[in-house]
Formats: sequence, structure tokens, C-alpha cells
Amino acid sequence: MEFTDKHVQGLKDLLYKMADDLLIIGHRNSEWTGLGPVLEEDIAFSSMAQDKVGQSLALYEILHQLGESDPDTVAFTRNAPQFHCSQLVELPIGEYDFSLVRHFFFDHADAIRFDMLATTVVEPLQMVAKKFRGEIKYHTMHADIWMKQLGESEEAKMRIQSTINEVFPYALGMFEPSEFESELQEAGIFDGEFALREKWLNKVVPLLESYGYTVPNAETIIPEFGGRKGQHTEHLQPLLDEMTEVFAIDPGADW
Amino acid sequence: MNIVSIDPRVNRSQIDENTQEGIANPLEHFQTYEVFEQKKRGAHHIHVGSVHAPSAEMAVIFAKEQYSRRGQCVNLWVVKTADVFATEYEDSDIFDTISDKTYREPEAYKVIDRINAFKERQKAN
Repeated sequence: MEFTDKHVQGLKDLLYKMADDLLIIGHRNSEWTGLGPVLEEDIAFSSMAQDKVGQSLALYEILHQLGESDPDTVAFTRNAPQFHCSQLVELPIGEYDFSLVRHFFFDHADAIRFDMLATTVVEPLQMVAKKFRGEIKYHTMHADIWMKQLGESEEAKMRIQSTINEVFPYALGMFEPSEFESELQEAGIFDGEFALREKWLNKVVPLLESYGYTVPNAETIIPEFGGRKGQHTEHLQPLLDEMTEVFAIDPGADW
Repeated sequence: MNIVSIDPRVNRSQIDENTQEGIANPLEHFQTYEVFEQKKRGAHHIHVGSVHAPSAEMAVIFAKEQYSRRGQCVNLWVVKTADVFATEYEDSDIFDTISDKTYREPEAYKVIDRINAFKERQKAN
């Protein structure tokens, strides 16, 4: 089918939120480099953070093909209100339990979203979704095994449980509906945030329960929405200031 | 007397060699796992190094990023280092080969001469 302006706007909105999520969580998680709990984990977590920045680049490149500015400009010259990331990804890294729980919730959503996009009518997006499948699979394996491992000691389990309770409203905030949900669905671009949320709940709830945790009832929690519409916590702008510090010295520099 | 180690951090800590304090029990630290990587199906798994991990599952997760991040790999094995039974270096003389027993090695046989002779005969026929 022929795309109308609304379809293209919806597609751009989808790409921006995915790319911004990946760029910001990639930057956040890279803050652990050199500080990880053990050397092996430091390397694994840093490497996955790099993967995420790489995934965001692939999506910014599709946006560029659709007429948006080039990836560097898009990534490094916008301020917080122009970012479409969920509030979940911009929160500070906290202690390691927080970063792990966020990694678990985010990466499962990311994996399912890319999986749904493996059949999108938008060919370059379909290719990107397939290209990163193995990479994302490792990320969710890593998250699952950590959650499982930490469920095996009482002290760790209590900490992870209280972090799950704290993070859950932000995790649900990832599925904030856009104003283009019906356009995306009718054009075969994406099945929508609600479908994604259902698939995600069907994945993460049984997994966490099998590791001995309890998951808050998603129906009674008020999600932390706003991020998709540019309403962010006070933590995003300082992150952007730091991330763009070098770029801002000489935006035209040839690297 | 303080413990002397090749690890400078241990020397800086000035630990008395008779101390019982702060000595870790076996399970207070992660154990190590030896990592074996297979480059393609059917190939041998090759030892590539070790990782610290609390379980075999986590050892695999760590090993993937430590050793198989770049280049080809289709399969990983991890084995608890403690489960590896090894020979002692002081017994390494068991591997010595004695020079006057070359008849036990294939190169010692001059079969090639006989093969060539056979080929010559075939040609002549």
C-alpha cells in the first residue's frame, strides 16, 4: 500500500523512539565500564552497551534515508525535549541491581520489538531487525542468567525484588502508545505498543516467577509515561550534555 | 613475616603469613572455569582461556564476550578448572622419546622407496 504522510510520520516516530532508547541505554550502561562487579562482567556489559549504540546508529541511518538529518547531527545536537526515549533508559545507573533489572526489562522489550519488526513492510527496518537478532538474543540470555543466579541467594533475591518493584512502572512506561498506532498497524509497519506490551508481559512475568520473584500486577500500576512525547526526568539533559561534550567543541570536525 | 607474592596488591596489604583473618573459604570466591571454543561444527574444541564465574551457565555468558566476541565460533564448552586432572611437570619425562627407538615412528620406515619401486614396475608393465 502507498504510505500517506501520517504513515511516514508514524514510522519516523517509531524509529526515533527505538533509536533514542538504544542510544541512551547504551550510553548509560557504558558508565559501568571499569566499574563492573567482576572483570568478566565488566567486559560483557560494556560490550553490550556498545552493541546498543551500534543498533541505534542503524536506525538513525534509516531515518536519514527518510529525510531526517545525518546520524551524528540527530544524536548529538538535540536537547532532552526532542528525545523520544522512555524515562526508563535515562535514569542513572544506580547500583548494579538497578542496572541489571533495567537491562532485563528493556532487553526483553527490545528483543520482542525487533522480532515483531522482522516481518514489517519497511524493508530496511526488516533487514536491521534480522541483522541484530543474534546480538539481542545474547543480551537477553545474559539478563536472564543474572536474574536466575541472583534469585538463588536470599539477600540478593530481596534486593532484586525491591528493585523490580521500583523499576516496574518505568518499564511499563516503555509501552506508551503513540498517536500513530492505527496507522502503523493498517500499513503493516508495526503491530503497536499494546501488542508489544502483552507479549512482553507474557515473557517476563513467567520468567521472573520461575526464578522466585513476584511481579507487580501490570493492570494496577500507573506507568511512567511522557518520555515518548519529550517529557523527561531531570536526569536526561545532564546525560546529553556529557555525551555531546566532545562533539560540541567542534561540530564540523572530520573524525 | 608478611606474605610475599608476585601480586603487588598482596605485598602492599602487608598480610602476616600466620594470619587466619580474611582468608577466604573455598566458596566465598567465584571458581574458575576453563573455556573451549569450537570454530566450526565437527572441529575440535580448542582451549582458549578461563573465566571466574559462580556457575557454569554464567561462565558461558562471560566466556562468550571474553573469547568469542570476534571471529568465528559455533560452540563453547566450559569445564570447572577443579575438574581438570593434570599430570605433574616433574613427571614430564614420561613424554620423552628415546632416540634409538625411531623404528616406532612412521618416518623410520623407508616405505616410500618400495612404493616408488612398485610404481616403476607398474609403468614397465
